[in-house]
Amino acid sequence: MIKRVHFPSSPLPYLLVAPQIAITIVFFIWPAGQAMYQSFLIEDAFGFGREFVWFENFEILFEDPLYADVFIRTIFFSVMVAALSMFLSLILAGFADRVVKGATIYRTLLIWPYAVAPVLAGALWVFMFNPSVGIIAYWLDLIGVDWNHFLNGGQAMALIVFAASWKQIAYNFLFYLAAMQAIPKSMIEAAAIDGAGPAKRFWTIIFPLVSPTTFFLLVINIVYAFFDTFGIIHAVTEGGPAGSTVTLVYKVYSDGFIGLDLGGSAAQSVILMAMVIGLTVIQFRYVERRVDY
Amino acid sequence: MSNISLDYVRKSYGPSEVIHGISGSIQQGEFVVIVGPSGCGKSTLLRMIAGLESITGGEIQIGKRVVNKLEPAQRNIAMVFQNYALYPHMSVFDNMSYGLKIRKVPKEEIRRRVEETAEILELTPYLKRSPRQLSGGQRQRVAMGRAIVREPDVFLFDEPLSNLDAKLRVQMRLEIKKLQERLGITSVYVTHDQVEAMTLGHRLMVLNAGSVEQFGTPIDLYDKPATLFVATFIGSPAMNILNGTVSEDASSIILPEGEVIPLGMRLNAQAGASVNLGMRPEHIRLATNGNALFSFKSDVIEELGADTIIHADFGKATSSMAVRLDGIHRVSSGTQFSFAIDPENLHVFDPESGKRIN
Repeated sequence: MIKRVHFPSSPLPYLLVAPQIAITIVFFIWPAGQAMYQSFLIEDAFGFGREFVWFENFEILFEDPLYADVFIRTIFFSVMVAALSMFLSLILAGFADRVVKGATIYRTLLIWPYAVAPVLAGALWVFMFNPSVGIIAYWLDLIGVDWNHFLNGGQAMALIVFAASWKQIAYNFLFYLAAMQAIPKSMIEAAAIDGAGPAKRFWTIIFPLVSPTTFFLLVINIVYAFFDTFGIIHAVTEGGPAGSTVTLVYKVYSDGFIGLDLGGSAAQSVILMAMVIGLTVIQFRYVERRVDY
Repeated sequence: MSNISLDYVRKSYGPSEVIHGISGSIQQGEFVVIVGPSGCGKSTLLRMIAGLESITGGEIQIGKRVVNKLEPAQRNIAMVFQNYALYPHMSVFDNMSYGLKIRKVPKEEIRRRVEETAEILELTPYLKRSPRQLSGGQRQRVAMGRAIVREPDVFLFDEPLSNLDAKLRVQMRLEIKKLQERLGITSVYVTHDQVEAMTLGHRLMVLNAGSVEQFGTPIDLYDKPATLFVATFIGSPAMNILNGTVSEDASSIILPEGEVIPLGMRLNAQAGASVNLGMRPEHIRLATNGNALFSFKSDVIEELGADTIIHADFGKATSSMAVRLDGIHRVSSGTQFSFAIDPENLHVFDPESGKRIN
């Protein structure tokens, strides 16, 4: 039995957490409640009246083949972003861990992209890949690739995957580097003496030992790709061409603010909310209980 | 199995040199212990032999190969680390077989060799466990097993026992010694513990501040320490060092208050030159019928049963003086004692260079 320490009760602790609770209520709980309420309403197009319809908004969504498409596209997008950014940052961290000279400069440079605002990151990629003036589009043209993400949905998707992954590499890199530096040096040396070359050591010793970090980052990256990539998509493709880069979060925005289907949009946010809750549970249940050696 | 030879091996980090030209050769099958205080460069030297540190100057040979430029993997060595460095995500079996798998040894042979080694080290029941389910001593044995199973040319040990408790340390020390004798593999062992060094090594290399003070058998080091450093480093309690001057005829040492200690030989030194005189606590005897050479009042008495250690604040010694007498002596502190010592047990050093001169 763990004995709890009892302190004499005083209002001070409540006072200290009050501001945080107030912020949570005003900025999170209240809007969430509003969205929940909104999702039960259907509003007429001009905003003159609304009707309480229980779960009709949800029924419409689940029967909509377009929504299913967006769902699948979002999952594809998230998996691609998580895989690409985690793989690249793992490799970069592996190299950074071995660098002796100029390690600080190298690391600082790798962390910079994290400080770039999503919309700016998107703008950078739009310029580089612009079919008429972009430098990368020009290079691609030289090797015979006809790049035009304004017309080609697959290319547009590839572009937002690159932009979103690039943005996330810095974050993943930091965590991977920290995890690698926590591995005792002698373990790597033991493997070297056992005859393993750098690549072999990386895949048989370092990679398994950073697996708790990998799992943690997987959840974080999926959450990121699902919910935090609105700015990038908005700046790069605005969901186009022909909706081929619309993800769940983008659809909430375009249905609600462009299409003015407030009820339907709110129902989508409620679904997203449920997913965040689900991912958070996974996070707490499995990731926080870290695999420790 | 191979011999190792070090030829004026040096190591610098930037402008500061930490190993100043170490030479020596280690015979095939020999167990050599590198011993010295912390920061003397002993681990660096071992890591240079292993290939984990680059070599700034000189040459290291293992067998007939110069290994200066070889990767650790190519030197066919095995090393046991202070913190064991077991792979935590692998079972004991996988830990031991990792090196063999990389060397593409056939599966059947790997199994046979790991099982044999586990048998020797009494690890058979633990092969399927992961390292964190083992005690310190067992982990230590797995680390040794991982080294043995590879059948390397050379074993390197980097303070392998310093993470164990005192009792286990003594036990593992014996096991390592038995194992090395049984396998006959050339071994280099680094420690700061002089008792460990004395019991394990065929020969000891005493390092101090990046240079070799003496390289010899434990008995050589004990009987004829080449320098003041070795004299005080080897033996416990440490050797007493007294200040004195050389007598007219250079055959005895005169202590500051006029006591004359005959050396039984002629020193090759100027009369009146100041010297350091070393006496081991266990070589000093209580004087009988008038052969006393010096006397002092005891300060603290340690009664250990097997022997009794008398400590005294003897003005002529560089630090507190200790005398070890066999058996039990019921004496109280503050008693005046007279002591004698045989000339062959005296060590004379030049205080300037620290070198032995008798």
